[in-house]
This record gives sequence, structure tokens and C-alpha cells, in this order.
Amino acid sequence: MREVVPLATFPPVLALRGISKRFGGVQALVDVELQLRAGEVVALAGDNGAGKSTLIKVISGVAPADRGIIEWEGGLVQIKQPHDAHALGIATVYQDLAMCDNLDIVGNLFLGREIDRVGVLDEVEMERQARELMHTLSMRIPDVRMPVAALSAGQRQAVSIAHSLMGSPKVLLLDEPTAALGVEQTSHLFDLIEQIRDRGMAILLISHNMGDIKAVADRVAVLRLGRNNGLFDVNTTPQEQVISSITGAADNAKTHRPTGDDEVWP
Amino acid sequence: MRGGEPSGEAQPAGAGDGSGAGGKSSGADGHGRARGPGPGIGGFIHTVRTRVRGPERGPALVVLGLIMICVLFQVLNDRFLSPRNLSNLSVDIVSTGLVAVGIVFVLLIGEIDLSVGSVSGLAGAAFAVLNVNLGVPEWLAMIVAVLSGMAAGAVHGFFFAWVGVPSFVVTLAGLLAWNGMALYLLGASGTINLDENGLVASLTSSYFGQPAVAYGLAALGTAGYALACLRTRTRLTAAGMRYRSPGEIGVRSGLLALVAFSAAYTLNQFQGLPLALLIFLVVIVVSDYVLRRTRYGRRVYALGGGAVAARRAGVRVVRVRLVMFMTSGTLAAIGGLFVASGLTSASPTTARAAGSGMLLINAIAAAVIGGTSLFGGRGSTWSALLGALVIQSIASGMALLGVEDALQFIITGAVLLAAVTADTLARRTERMPAQA
Ligand SMILES: Nc1ncnc2c1ncn2[C@@H]1O[C@H](COP(=O)(O)OP(=O)(O)OP(=O)(O)O)[C@@H](O)[C@H]1O
Ligand SMILES: [Mg+2]
Repeated sequence: MREVVPLATFPPVLALRGISKRFGGVQALVDVELQLRAGEVVALAGDNGAGKSTLIKVISGVAPADRGIIEWEGGLVQIKQPHDAHALGIATVYQDLAMCDNLDIVGNLFLGREIDRVGVLDEVEMERQARELMHTLSMRIPDVRMPVAALSAGQRQAVSIAHSLMGSPKVLLLDEPTAALGVEQTSHLFDLIEQIRDRGMAILLISHNMGDIKAVADRVAVLRLGRNNGLFDVNTTPQEQVISSITGAADNAKTHRPTGDDEVWP
Repeated sequence: MRGGEPSGEAQPAGAGDGSGAGGKSSGADGHGRARGPGPGIGGFIHTVRTRVRGPERGPALVVLGLIMICVLFQVLNDRFLSPRNLSNLSVDIVSTGLVAVGIVFVLLIGEIDLSVGSVSGLAGAAFAVLNVNLGVPEWLAMIVAVLSGMAAGAVHGFFFAWVGVPSFVVTLAGLLAWNGMALYLLGASGTINLDENGLVASLTSSYFGQPAVAYGLAALGTAGYALACLRTRTRLTAAGMRYRSPGEIGVRSGLLALVAFSAAYTLNQFQGLPLALLIFLVVIVVSDYVLRRTRYGRRVYALGGGAVAARRAGVRVVRVRLVMFMTSGTLAAIGGLFVASGLTSASPTTARAAGSGMLLINAIAAAVIGGTSLFGGRGSTWSALLGALVIQSIASGMALLGVEDALQFIITGAVLLAAVTADTLARRTERMPAQA
């Protein structure tokens, strides 16, 4: 089982400070702070449009922040494009599960991490590993050479998750990974999340489902209208408190950040 | 985010992936798994059926169309299938075909390059001016001409990939500007006649006269194909995966041998294997290998099939786009040297003609007729050969019949429309499962 070590002795793998992001007229994120530690699952909660997906895209380099600092294992880093995030060891499952519909499952699984011998693709090895991975993750995929256009939403999600786990990342960002999964696949994913957390990975999980959050997360960070609105320990905080912070009944953003200057969040 | 990446996240989901969905999965297609039930004739027929309905339906239809065209023209004029006509045809397809290979690269990422005609004209003009007027050695003038095409492509790629101007507009501007530059270069001297015995002239006038060359190449191609299939099969079966049955490999190799040897026989009836055709085939084989078998090529297909996913997976979208336009410019320039070679001259008239677009239209039409999707992510450089054959056969047949250009344009236009319609319908049916 997991060692219980005081949080302070873990340096955060990833720390965000003062992250702001604007899309045209929409201020999607305002001075957001977040820390992810190795061996910990943080849930990110918030209403629709709260900025959760945007925060993930900031971290994964798809939509870099306008302002703010990102620290990786204590050092300042720049994440300006997906490639930078990959190089650090950040893997992401996006909400929209975008894929290359002209490639088969193997092609999509290994996209960006193709196995090759002097530049020439090793299809046999990729197919072998793809099958193995599908088996380990108990994913119900009849044929890894199927074009992804033929997959169900849940199967797409499974492939996306498998893709993110390629290349053993240190931080895993999951944007509503259970939205399209069946009951069994969901509990499977949670087992998987616990497994990789115990191997020392840091996981950020976006979810609207309090049950899911209670099941896997250690802490839950709440975003509201693009701002931090509380950080709670899942095991000790009553569910109602988290929910009211999501809906705004308890507007922690205001009480927490009257001036915003000398405050360190959390 | 960077403005130069139109496919970025600022677009609504899905808008960025100009994808040709489904069907032609490059990975699966590359390996051509036989999914039929077991070996034997029944299994084989089943395989043929599913494949002809599936990913290989396109090329199969094109070949069928080509056969029909040949039969039709042969009935109307029995010189059509004469060794002389076919040999000339095989040289005439090369300039259009090479330009079309470049177009395939650009189409694969879901973009278009309208400048290729002008770029090829510019390359011809640059070569002529450098070599004939300025006395630069031929090899050097050729290299500069090809590099000028690459540079033109880099300019397009920069404005498209980096700045984010739609490729349609960038290359339309290129169409005008490069054509103007070619006219400017030729302006002072008018028509420049090339050295009839020079390197460029020999591109389209050289033949390997010894029959052994054409036959040897046919044998080499067939044997290479069969061996590659067998080797893949051995590896896959060792890993417990399925691949074409030995029977299917045999039939495929047999068909290839039939085509290759009858082509070699026909060419040997005239002057032998044309150098131009050999160069064209080498370009196709190499580019097809790069696109379908290498990590780099996989990313090209990925970008065409889903720009959003490709970008997120760490594909350097800007760089790939830049390289695609540079490839297209380079191949357009090489095609331009073949045009100049065929005419053994470069003149303002031909430069104007290059700008006005028959070469451009034929090259795009060839790529699309040959089965490369306009929507990105689907196709192969072999479609340049198939499409160029269709277009040039129509042109050659009509010329033999003395049909005027007007009718020829109408018919080529109809064939092009038919090909694009087939592409659109294929894309529509293949998208269904994903949307359901
Ligand atoms: N590419 C974009 N262009 C313009 N506005 C955007 C873009 N992406 C997000 N936004 C806006 O930013 C805000 C936050 O959106 P975001 O997708 O991060 O919300 P979310 O918390 O993930 O919501 P959901 O629970 O619905 O997934 C919204 O107001 C949204 O309209
Ligand atoms: Mg979201």
C-alpha cells in the first residue's frame, strides 16, 4: 500500500502559479494556482465553463497561458506547445477525444511515439505492444487494426487513455475520462488510476461526478468562473461543502482572495 | 497560442480535422491484412471481395476505368495501343506525374498548392537563362532550378504554416508571382532554345535500348514485391498475427508481373525503357515508402486525418506543413525541367501557358483521379501515376482521333468530377459509423 508521508516532504511535480488565460472576450482563467504531487490524485471540479478544460490545455501546451508561472519538480519551465509537455512527461486525455480518423487503433495509440528502426516503422512490434496494452487495461477492442472511425465513444475513450499512458508519463491529466465509459470500464479505470498513482504518478482528474471523485481522488480543487474556489481533502470534507463551492453557494474565491497579493494558495 | 496554426484549439471541436475518415487506414492498409476466413480459393475470393469493397476499391475502379479508356480508343483508332504511342504516352505522363506527386503530398495534409504550374515554368526559365544565356554548367543550372522550386515552396509553407494564411490564397499569390518572375527572366531574351544533346534534353529523349533493362526492371520489381510480402508474412506469422495468405501473395505478384512484363515488352517494341519513366517510377516508389513506412510519413497522414489530434500528440505541425509545401515546390520544379526537356526550349509562351494552368489542372486532376482525397489523410503517390495515365490517355486518344481541345477539356473535366464525387461519397459513407 501507499506510504503515508507528510505532504510537505514531497516537492510538487507540477506547480502552477497565477495562471491567466483569455479567449477573445472570455476570461477563461484568472490567477489560478494548482499543485500536483507524485503519488496523488487531485480532482478538478467546477461547473460547465468554469475553465477546467482550459487549465488542462494550459498544462498540456495546447493553449499556453497568457500569464503565470509553471514549475516542474521545483524548476521554472515554459510549456509553449504540446511537444514541451510531452518532453517533461505530461500526458493528457482530452475531453473531445480527437483522433486521426484515417489511422487505425495502433496508429493512433503510437501517434507521436512511433516505434521505428532507423526511421522505418516497426508495425509488428507496435501491433504486439498495442494488443498487450489493450489486454493489460482490459479494454474491449476486437481488433487493433480497426480504423478508429468505427469505434464506439467508450472504445475511443479507452484508446485515448491507452495513448496517454504510452511512454510512462509522470503527470497524467484526464479530462472527464469516464464520461463515455460503462460501469465496468469506469471501475476498471479507477483501479488503473490507483495503480499508476501508487507507482508515483501525479494525476489530475476532471469530473462532475462526486461519487467518482470520492472514489479515487485524494484532494479536490474547485474552479469557479475561472478562479480557484477552494481546495479540499476528499476524505475529511463533507460532500455538501464541495458542492456548494462548485455552485457558488460558498464563494471562496471572494473570501480567499480579497487582495490576492500575499496569499499563497492553497 | 500561436496564430500560425489554424488547426489549433480555438476552433470548435472537429473543425480542425479535415479528415478523410475511416477506410484507408494507412497502417492497416500498409500491411494489407487478409481478414478472410482461412486459406483456400473460397477464402481468397472472400478477401478479394472485401478488399475491393474496402480500401482498394478506389484504385481498382481507376484501373477499370483506364482499361475501358484504352479499349475504347483502340476500337476507334488501332494506333492507340501501338508500342510507339504507348511509349510516347509513358514519357508524356512524367512531367504532369511528377508535379502530381508533389500535389499528393500537399493533399495528404488536406491542403492545396495552386502554384505548381508557375513554379515549374519558373524552374524551366531559370534553367534556360542560367545555362544558355549565362553559360552556367548544366548540372549546376539544374540544381539551382530545382532549389528555386524548393524555395518557392518554402515561401508558401512559411505564410501558410507559420502565419496562418489559407494555403489556397498563398499559393494563388504564388501562381501569379512566380509566373511573373518567369516572364521577367525570359523577357529580355524571348524564346531560349536548349542544347538538343544536353542533360535536360536527354531527360525525355533517352531510352535504355537493350531489352534486358526493361525486362530486368520488371523482374526486379516483381521479385522485390513478392519477397517483401513474404518477409512481412514471416515476421507477422512468427508474432502470431495474420497477413495475406501465400496464395494471395502469389496472385498479387502474378498480376504485378503481368503488368510489368507487358509494359516492358511494349516499350521494348519501340525504343526500350524511357529514362523519364524510370525516374518517375523511382520517385513514386521512394515517396510511397517514405509516406507509408516511416515515422515521418505516418505523421503526414496523421496531420491530414486529424490535425487536432496530431498537434496534441506532439507532431510538429508547422514543420510538417512547411516540408510538404517545399516538397511540392521541388517536385513542381523537377516536373518543369521535364516540360522544358520535352520542348527543348523555354519561352514566354510556354511560361504563360504554365501560369495559365493546364499543367496545374492536370496535376491536381491526376492526383485526385488516381484516388488521393481532397479532404486529406487518404491517398498515395501511386495515384499520381494512375491519374496521369488516365488524363494522358484521354489526351493522346483524342489527339489521335483529331478531336479538338474543347471536347478534350470537357471530357477530362467530367472524369475529374466523377473522381471527386466518388471521393466525396466514399468519405460520406465512411463517416457514418463515427457519427452514429
Ligand atoms: N477555444 C476557445 N475559444 C473561445 N472561448 C473558449 C475556448 N475554449 C474555452 N472557451 C471559454 O472558456 C471558458 C472555460 O471553458 P472550459 O472548456 O475550460 O470549461 P470547462 O470547465 O471544461 O467546462 P465543461 O465542464 O463544460 O467541460 C468557457 O466560457 C468557454 O466558452
Ligand atoms: Mg471541459
